[in-house]
Amino acid sequence: MSALAGNYTYYITAFLLAIGLYGMIGKKNLLKKLIGMNIFQTAIFLFFIHGAVKPGTTVPVLDSRIGMDAAAYINPLPHVLILTAIVVSVATTGVALALLITIYRRYGSLEETTILERMKQSS
Amino acid sequence: MSHLPVLIPITLLLSAFLIPLAGYVKRDFAFAIASVGAFLAFAFSLRGLLMVLSQGEIRYHLGGWAPPIGIEYVLDALSAFMAAVVTLIGLVVLIYSRRSVLHEVPQRVVPLYALAMLLLAGLVGIIVTGDLFNLFVFLEISSLSAYALMAIGDDRAPVASFRYLILGSIAGSFYVLGVGFLYFSTGSLNMADVAQRLPALYQSRAVAAAAIFIFIALGLKMALFPLHLWLPDVYTYAPSAVTALIAPIMTKVSAYALIRMLLTVFQPHYLRDMLPVTSVIAWLGAAGILYGSIMAIAQSDFRRMLAYSSVSQIGYIGLGIGLANPLGLIGALLHILNHAFMKACLFLVAGSIRFRTGRWEVSSFAGLGRKMPWTMAAFTVAALSMVGIPPAAGFFSKWYLLLGGIDRGNWFFVATILLSSLLAAVYFFRVLEQVYAGRSEESAFKNVSDPPASMLFPTIILGAGVLVLGLLNSIIVSRILELVVAPLNEPRG
Repeated sequence: MSALAGNYTYYITAFLLAIGLYGMIGKKNLLKKLIGMNIFQTAIFLFFIHGAVKPGTTVPVLDSRIGMDAAAYINPLPHVLILTAIVVSVATTGVALALLITIYRRYGSLEETTILERMKQSS
Repeated sequence: MSHLPVLIPITLLLSAFLIPLAGYVKRDFAFAIASVGAFLAFAFSLRGLLMVLSQGEIRYHLGGWAPPIGIEYVLDALSAFMAAVVTLIGLVVLIYSRRSVLHEVPQRVVPLYALAMLLLAGLVGIIVTGDLFNLFVFLEISSLSAYALMAIGDDRAPVASFRYLILGSIAGSFYVLGVGFLYFSTGSLNMADVAQRLPALYQSRAVAAAAIFIFIALGLKMALFPLHLWLPDVYTYAPSAVTALIAPIMTKVSAYALIRMLLTVFQPHYLRDMLPVTSVIAWLGAAGILYGSIMAIAQSDFRRMLAYSSVSQIGYIGLGIGLANPLGLIGALLHILNHAFMKACLFLVAGSIRFRTGRWEVSSFAGLGRKMPWTMAAFTVAALSMVGIPPAAGFFSKWYLLLGGIDRGNWFFVATILLSSLLAAVYFFRVLEQVYAGRSEESAFKNVSDPPASMLFPTIILGAGVLVLGLLNSIIVSRILELVVAPLNEPRG
């Protein structure tokens, strides 16, 4: 039980990864695939943020009472990495939404089966 | 300290930013800036390669921060070689692309060139970076620009591009996840630093998980069978110039990242003996070779046939990496170079045919050999090279792969390589037969001739390059590639 309590973020991460992967592969609606992708990426953000946590430490801003002792601060690097990854994720979502608008204008639907049917009709 | 490693991606990035500004003033500026940027990047890469060969590797600390805290860019024999290949192919295809792009997508010239430069910058960045997370950022830069580039195209292109985006994001996310495991195990993101700290952690399950995530991610990006599903649609529906730019180099750069992981980050000994990653890659490569060849035979669309042929050729590269012995890896690296030339040449030919006739069904090519003699001569050379007939370059990389397979004692791989050459002969000779011996109603191709010089010249350069590479292969192998594979010779760990 204590193993579960200490590592619960890992279980949540794995759970979110599974939901996201299911959304991307199992769902037939393109927008739902995109939502799945976002859930998947959020799980990874959570994984990194959890990795930065050190119990009993403080924010990584130089505090005169603590001084230069690096062990007394939270590791800020994963946060910075994830800030970058969030930017990448936003950009990907933006490109994906732009593609979805183009697809919707051409085929009038975001359901994969309908789009495939209309592709066949047009060719 | 030499600035060469950072100059290569910076030049490309800068031109990517300049193109929309200049293109806003006048559309033709876009092409000019793209060509100059690609030329400079190639010149820097070539100079980098020569310097690396004479003086050893060049390391550049970004912003003056020394690794492992700072990000470093590294030009060693492997990355300098890859950077030169990528920028050269990029330059040749960009010169070719002007007329083709104006013909196929005239309203989108400026964004297309800006994205193409961004794509090249991302790919070169993957090659020169010595930092695991920086590699992810460049991977996403190249992927994002590729999604947008591929969506410029006919009606089906955005759908194909969206599918690729979903799979590409899975790959990117898996890669970050793998890097996360590595970072939390070793406390470092610098490749050389991680490599030093890993041997103590080889028993760790987190490191094994990291290796598996990273290899799935890069396998997906390089379209290794069965992770190739995104590739055929994307290559078929994108504009000809875009496919010609993406097909020869993008999957190869992911293969490079895989080799980098194998040689630099994880030691070959770990991935070969302690975790069977390399043998999985080799078997998937062999399966991909056969699957791609058989699917290519079944296609009637020329572009789709080339796309499946790419799946098969990537199988060769995967097989060579997976053999994880010096001969196999030399074969894989030589095949990266050769296939970049051959595939670029073939897609340029496909673009030229589309430019002149608007066709891509193989059955409608009858009689083109007389109408477009130079284009078809280049096609013939590249096709013979794909089949593996000496002295064309393709023969030599397959030869090294064969030797690697024999060295490993795996006769199934040897048989696969030989069999797939026969299969390649089937699908290329079918096209050659149509082109040269097929009967056509003469009226159909009345005004068809070789494309204008700006398109014909790059095609012929690549076609001639295939022969030159074939003749020079022993120099390339002994001067460059043997340096790269040296770590495989000495057992470490």
